[in-house]
Amino acid sequence: MSEILLEAKGLTKAFPAGRGRKVHAVTDVSLKVYKGETLGLVGESGCGKSTLGRMMIRLLAPDSGRLLLKGGDVTGMSDRDFLRHRRQLQLIFQDPYASLDPRLTVRELIAEPLRTWNVCRSRDEMTARVLELMEDVGVPGEFLYRYPHQFSGGQRQRIGIARALAADPELIVCDEPVSALDVPVQNQILNLLSGLQKARGLTYLFISHDLSVVRHISDRVCIMFLGMLCEIGETEEIFSSPLHPYTRFLMNAILLPDPHHRHEEDTLLSGEIPSAVNPPPGCRFHTRCPYATDRCRSEVPVMRDMGGRMAACHHPLGHGADLRSSEEARTS
Amino acid sequence: MGSNTLEIRQLNTSFLTQKGEVRAVMDVSLDVPEGKITGIVGESGCGKSVTAKSVMGLVKYPGKVMSGEILLDGRDIRDIPEKEKCALRGSEVSMIFQEPMTSLNPVIRIGKQVEEALLLHKDIPKEQARIRTVEMLESVGISDAGNRMRCYPHQLSGGLRQRVMIAMAMICRPKLLIADEPTTALDVTVEAQILRLMKKLCSGGTSILLISHNLGVIAQICDYVYVMYAGRIVECADTVTLFDHPAHPYTMGLLRAATSLRQDTEILETIPGVVPNLLHLPKGCSFAPRCGSCGDRCRGEMPLMYEAGEEGHMARCFMC
Ligand SMILES: Nc1ncnc2c1ncn2[C@@H]1O[C@H](COP(=O)(O)OP(=O)(O)O)[C@@H](O)[C@H]1O
Ligand SMILES: Nc1ncnc2c1ncn2[C@@H]1O[C@H](COP(=O)(O)OP(=O)(O)O)[C@@H](O)[C@H]1O
Ligand code: SF4
Ligand SMILES: [Mg+2]
Ligand SMILES: [Mg+2]
Repeated sequence: MSEILLEAKGLTKAFPAGRGRKVHAVTDVSLKVYKGETLGLVGESGCGKSTLGRMMIRLLAPDSGRLLLKGGDVTGMSDRDFLRHRRQLQLIFQDPYASLDPRLTVRELIAEPLRTWNVCRSRDEMTARVLELMEDVGVPGEFLYRYPHQFSGGQRQRIGIARALAADPELIVCDEPVSALDVPVQNQILNLLSGLQKARGLTYLFISHDLSVVRHISDRVCIMFLGMLCEIGETEEIFSSPLHPYTRFLMNAILLPDPHHRHEEDTLLSGEIPSAVNPPPGCRFHTRCPYATDRCRSEVPVMRDMGGRMAACHHPLGHGADLRSSEEARTS
Repeated sequence: MGSNTLEIRQLNTSFLTQKGEVRAVMDVSLDVPEGKITGIVGESGCGKSVTAKSVMGLVKYPGKVMSGEILLDGRDIRDIPEKEKCALRGSEVSMIFQEPMTSLNPVIRIGKQVEEALLLHKDIPKEQARIRTVEMLESVGISDAGNRMRCYPHQLSGGLRQRVMIAMAMICRPKLLIADEPTTALDVTVEAQILRLMKKLCSGGTSILLISHNLGVIAQICDYVYVMYAGRIVECADTVTLFDHPAHPYTMGLLRAATSLRQDTEILETIPGVVPNLLHLPKGCSFAPRCGSCGDRCRGEMPLMYEAGEEGHMARCFMC
């Protein structure tokens, strides 16, 4: 395996939720991001993906846990000291519109990070660099003086990507970058991200709630549920033989664009996602899990190595639990 | 053969803006047969929502239904008085939106909102209305409905709010439900539950017009599909035919894009270019600038809907 670029060790974050209560957004998450890979992070909305993504690039301080950049602990570093690492770690959002100042032209929008990082020495050099970045992301140079509202959603996302690239980063956290786009445009952006990764050796932490997108773009995948990781592994292994019951339910819920493969009723998940204010004890998935036992209801499953893959489940699939009937499990 | 709950004939809806007339819906004709789920699919901006709002009489200034017929059970409801239209909405035709908060009142408890939708249209005692409300909330999968009724919308998750809106839309047992991107804002597991619910409603006798940009949603539950592009219907067929033998290059492009994600390809399929600006539509076929099979005739002349093989399969393309 290649070098570890970024490592989370037990990252935990809770937000105040009024009346002294807390939203347990992310609890005890550990993971490694290898240089040059795309690590997919999947889970349903509110499960803590954005919170984790922001902690991973130190835009948000954890309540506890540590963050290591190339092996060095940057958790407690002052913002000033961290500044020299800042440009290595960038972020692109789902809705670039919300993050692009509507009063600025494309030139100004892309020049802003170049200025922050002191990349150019003259105005001409700046314009040349902006044009180069526009070309890299596929926005025609003649649009240099246009405003964000004059662009389509896909083009705005390209501008957001150009801004992130302006810092010449090593890692980009892509937070649902294609979720607001129609599929043909989504595919254009995914192709662009793959191309840029190849050309520049970028590392991505790719956040999405869409399993098909994550499957396509990721080398490895982490599945998240209610603030905790369920499993991590190579993409194809996860998809061909999921270990965590939640992963399998997520996969069964994918809507195939194929009327010959319609959902089978009994493979769907019922019930509701529990509240992150009062997460269930033990395994946070136990209230919806057909294989849950007393142990699941009381003891938090830890991430275990299962032949090169990691899963946090007391009864991982293919290891006996799913071979028992779920009725049996409920009464045991 | 059953009859059509809804028939739209030659509908034209425009927005009369300062920059000119935006023809959002052009000559749209479609049928929603009784007890079936009929889909409309297409990229955003193609006129799906404006079509739905035209049926409901909800197109707002500067938009206007310019011409066409909207037949509900054979009766043209386009020009009936607003008062009568109000009575129809909710009792005979209901609509659910992508964003449930557009139809929920944030300061009224959800149980009361659903109950009032019923009391507004049906003359039944309050006590009975309450019972029907609890039953309805439970049937859309809201557990502990008796207590949950007392919640305000903001106390519920997006998925639960969507269910409340469906309960509100369904409580008067309308003949027709128009669902505009009902699951687009929801997560996959909730989305699958809501779609299952809509299927159940349909087998209970409600005809459904389901609008989505997601071919996965369409493939999973629709019986028949209309594909829209730049304000026009460009293809229609029963679901299996549409997915197995698409005839319009736009439909083919959408399908290739959706399925390539699942194939082991490095470069994903896309459709080059973007949806055209409705103020500056190209002459001839609106899809011509993005079309790989485009010929001279396509650039000069607007194709009509032509038979494309199977009966009931039509496409707006000279090449089919
Ligand atoms: N700044 C905040 N203040 C309070 N709660 C927050 C804040 N940010 C996120 N949350 C809560 O934390 C949980 C996780 O949120 P988020 O990380 O945005 O999830 P995701 O990106 O997976 O949708 C949610 O319950 C959300 O409401
Ligand atoms: N208020 C409005 N003013 C001007 N044009 C509008 C307005 N609302 C919608 N449109 C036009 O109608 C077209 C179709 O919109 P819509 O039906 O919402 O698309 P869809 O639901 O397919 O995404 C849009 O491309 C837009 O040009
Ligand atoms: S089997 Fe137990 S530990 Fe595994 S997912 Fe189900 S509840 Fe959680
Ligand atoms: Mg998020
Ligand atoms: Mg719409």
